[in-house]
Amino acid sequence: MAENDPKETKQLTGEKTNVGLVERAKDTAMSLKDRALEEAKDYKDPQQTQVWKSIFRVSHERSDPRNRSLAILSNVFLHLHPAKINRDAVRYQYTWGMGGITFYLFIVLTFTGVLLMFYYHPSKVVAFRDILLMEHDVPFGKLLRNMHRWAAHLMVITTWLHMFRVVLTGSYKKPREFNWCVGVVLLVLTLLLSFTGYLLPDDQLGFWAVTVGTNMARATPMLGNEGPFGAQLGLTPYNDVRFGLLGGSIVDANALLRAYIWHCIGIPLVASIFMAVHFWRIRKDGGISGPAPVMLESEMKVLKKKK
Amino acid sequence: MSAIVEQSPQATSRRNRWIGLVVVLVLLALFAYSVQDWHQIWTIVSAPDNVPIVAMLFLVPFFTWLGIKQARANDKLIVDLEGDKDLAKTHHRKAEPWRPGWAKELHVWPYLVRIEFLAAVIVTVILYVWSITLNAPLEEPANPNLTMNPSKAPWYFLGLQEMLVYFDPWIAGVVMPSIIMIGLMVFPYVDSNPLGNGYYTIRQRRFAVNMFGWGFLMWILLIFIGTFIRGPGWIWFWPGETWDHNTVVFDRNRDLHEIVAGIPGLGLLQTNWVAKMIFGAIIVGGFYIIGGIFFHWLMKRGKFRPRYLISPREFLAWARNSDPFEEKLLANTSMLQYMTFQFFAISVLLAMPVKLFLRLVFTIKYVWVTPWFNI
Repeated sequence: MAENDPKETKQLTGEKTNVGLVERAKDTAMSLKDRALEEAKDYKDPQQTQVWKSIFRVSHERSDPRNRSLAILSNVFLHLHPAKINRDAVRYQYTWGMGGITFYLFIVLTFTGVLLMFYYHPSKVVAFRDILLMEHDVPFGKLLRNMHRWAAHLMVITTWLHMFRVVLTGSYKKPREFNWCVGVVLLVLTLLLSFTGYLLPDDQLGFWAVTVGTNMARATPMLGNEGPFGAQLGLTPYNDVRFGLLGGSIVDANALLRAYIWHCIGIPLVASIFMAVHFWRIRKDGGISGPAPVMLESEMKVLKKKK
Repeated sequence: MSAIVEQSPQATSRRNRWIGLVVVLVLLALFAYSVQDWHQIWTIVSAPDNVPIVAMLFLVPFFTWLGIKQARANDKLIVDLEGDKDLAKTHHRKAEPWRPGWAKELHVWPYLVRIEFLAAVIVTVILYVWSITLNAPLEEPANPNLTMNPSKAPWYFLGLQEMLVYFDPWIAGVVMPSIIMIGLMVFPYVDSNPLGNGYYTIRQRRFAVNMFGWGFLMWILLIFIGTFIRGPGWIWFWPGETWDHNTVVFDRNRDLHEIVAGIPGLGLLQTNWVAKMIFGAIIVGGFYIIGGIFFHWLMKRGKFRPRYLISPREFLAWARNSDPFEEKLLANTSMLQYMTFQFFAISVLLAMPVKLFLRLVFTIKYVWVTPWFNI
């Protein structure tokens, strides 16, 4: 073994093999690094990546007007808009933005409402305590409840101002008559949403407000036991429309549950359907009404003949 | 020279603005002088759930002003174009500026989307500030044995609750709201005026705008009364009066037929229910006829100027002569449109204030008493 070639010795101890492995690994690593660097150049522009392109199908190259249109048309959240609008319609002096703000408030209310639902039981035993818990123990619970309530009030205000604007601009006129009617239904639903929510804290304020409100239902003609022709139709406090609304003859546990279900599921569902129709019809009726060019009184007769 | 300056419309409008400001200040000073209980006012105004209606007292006038401002600009343009046929043919017909090189349309991305985004951010900021500074009310746990006094509906329903004073519950709570909602829905179908579609104008839609404005104002007014004036026992307390729980009001609250029964020969109205019913039917029928004539007269009037109030001659001229443009609009209206409008206008826009007036000033409860219903 003494004549052993140093090379062999090295081979035997595996020294040479080791050097070869390290070198090879180094080579591989170097080439991998080069490749990674090469490929990373492609990621420098995130908009060129496969992930980006799969999410946003349109190039955001602003100078191309076609891209600007596609940005709207190929986005599910934005496609309610037309690609282009009347240049004067972006002046918020005309619309006051009230319809859009109302919709935004509906979204805010849905969001805060869902969060509130995590902490609230619609049961007479714990409902009030849940509110106390929310205000004192839940992180940001008070802020959440405040925001839900004030957004609800604000939504009533913006709905009214939206209607007011539509009247002042005559936007309910042909061909938008039907959409105005849908809007009136949405107003009623907004008020009902707010009203059903009023009972849920189960405090004196909500209890008596709902008592006063539902007492009127007692007097509904032909549907309430105290209304005209109610007694003749055999209505009592136990089978009239108020009983149906409250699930009982007094505002109690069933009324709380019913208000909760109407508030969180029933009315929002119906309102969403009407909203879908409302927005759809805006587009189908020719988009936003104005600001349109003024018509003159002297041209009015011509218009009537055209009919 | 000063006479000439005063004649110019700008100077007049400036003078009117000053007069308006002085009148408002004097009224405010009188109100402040008459207040007996500032603490009571603060209690009502600062109640968290009343904040929205306090905000409405500022928001409604502001947006009314914003609308009228644009209506005036358009009305001026309309007058100019009516006077100049050649200009009418070439003009772009908007009060907004426009130049030939400008595109008529803009891309929604980004010109509209950015405004929507900004609006959402602003509303969110407002909501955060509002929610951080003001807590949602939470009273004692619900207790059916302890009646709240006054026990009030949420502010947006206080108009309905206030109506309970003037009408029986089935009218105030069921019939009136239904009529108002149906009335709102038929509004586009009875307004036969093709002008003013998509732009602010008062000149071309004087009657329609005023009718809606009147209804909106009345609604806000009822809510205002319900919020600020009705205290314990739903008793009328002027702003500034203390809400005294022990106040007793001696309302006579008679029915109309009881007052009339005092006239010799009409004593039958006191005892006979058929007579009462016929009397009431005649009164209500007469009200609808007079109301119909009133609206028919009103819808043909031209522009009312404040100075008519101090000049009887000018007022009579305004009241007698109908406006040719309004006549033309009326001729455009079908019988069905006309009758539908009259029904809703008399039943809501006229009946509501008349009943309010009868009840508050003359303490008359019902005008039509029958065994089945009272109005």
